[in-house]
Amino acid sequence: MKRLFPIFGVLTLILLSFALYEALIGAPTEQTMGEVQRIFYYHVPSAWTAFLLFLINFGASVVYLIRRNPKADAVAAVTAEVGVIFCSVVLVTGPIWARPVWGIWWTWDMRLTLTLVLWLIYVSYLMLRRFSTSSQTPLIAAVLSVFGALDVPLVYFSIWYFRTQHPSPVIGRGGSLDPRMWHVLLINWAAFLCFAFLVCWSRYRLERLQREVEETQALEALLEQRGVR
Amino acid sequence: MTSLPAITQATLAKDLRLEWRSKDAINSMLFFALLVVVIFSFSFNPTAEESRQIAGGLVWVAFLFAAVVALNQTWARELRNQVLDAYRVSPAPANALFLAKAIGNFLFVSVLEALMTPLFIVFYTLRALGPAWQLIPVAMLGTWALVVNGTFFAAMSIRTRSREIMLPLLLFPISIPALLAMVEGTSAILTGEAAAKFWIVLLAVYDLVFTTVSLLLFETILHAE
Repeated sequence: MKRLFPIFGVLTLILLSFALYEALIGAPTEQTMGEVQRIFYYHVPSAWTAFLLFLINFGASVVYLIRRNPKADAVAAVTAEVGVIFCSVVLVTGPIWARPVWGIWWTWDMRLTLTLVLWLIYVSYLMLRRFSTSSQTPLIAAVLSVFGALDVPLVYFSIWYFRTQHPSPVIGRGGSLDPRMWHVLLINWAAFLCFAFLVCWSRYRLERLQREVEETQALEALLEQRGVR
Repeated sequence: MTSLPAITQATLAKDLRLEWRSKDAINSMLFFALLVVVIFSFSFNPTAEESRQIAGGLVWVAFLFAAVVALNQTWARELRNQVLDAYRVSPAPANALFLAKAIGNFLFVSVLEALMTPLFIVFYTLRALGPAWQLIPVAMLGTWALVVNGTFFAAMSIRTRSREIMLPLLLFPISIPALLAMVEGTSAILTGEAAAKFWIVLLAVYDLVFTTVSLLLFETILHAE
């Protein structure tokens, strides 16, 4: 597994550079939006990756609640962290794209609001993990993740109704996407997924090592105490 | 005396008696909410029409902040003298404790709302243009939505550093749909421009979902030490 890591890293790098080339040069320029539309190839794959990671976080949290498996907790911790990073990329690239195209930085549109609320929930999840002092952090965090997941459909419906009451200047991006654009989009998504997986993988290894170190230190401290007595 | 209603009642009666004698939670909440109302009132200085538009938001933000003050004190009393540890080893159902605490907080926040509403009416010259009776279900369901999650998260945050700060950080993001429903429902009733039915239903669903999940998971949280 350890030997596989650098090979996978190099492959991801190649895929990412190819995706960058395709996004900036390969893809056709959009007619109405122009060059600025190319941010689409970062914005959308980041969003999909973030949502996927949050979904994995929820799954791992449920597994942890049922099985109490520390590996599931490590997966949950890692996917939440990397998910928040990708979600931040979405929230930053969104306004950069929206300003020239819609004329506004931000609107309380359904997808925007849902992404923002998800980001807030997962930041609070990370804060909880950070601030927790008990040995039961994984359990408390898993419970919060379940609460967050249950909240998502409620946020969705409330924003949906909120939106229908207050129409905003956003025009739906109707119409079909050019097949070449689809192609570039999917390449970019594949590259982003590989990248996310790579980061999660190394972060997961780090997390496991860190816990091992902590356990060893605790054990040593315990043995030392006994030796003194 | 081991049944859930009996223990809930006993714990609730104890909390209410303690509160009645000390009045810690209600006094701090009331004064806090009063400060928020006064500060909002002179920082916006709205006309009657404007205040109808913004009052829904102001009222609920004030109540939310004030409720956090009470919610933070929920478990502090039980931590002293290891009452919570005693509860853990006793055969009493964990949910009885949770329900008693949640109902207790609900009563405190409801009293606060009942006392503060006249003040809001005075400061903002409010008069509902829609069906005013609908404010009662919005207020009751909304208060329960805040309190049920708040009580649960307060139990979670007693195991963190700087727990007083942790509670709002956990509670606010999850409460966004409930807050939106409360604010929009109240504004709809005050302005009389739209129906508040959807928001009342949404609050009811929110309450149902989170009450159920809290009752299912509270035992896990209580025993996590």
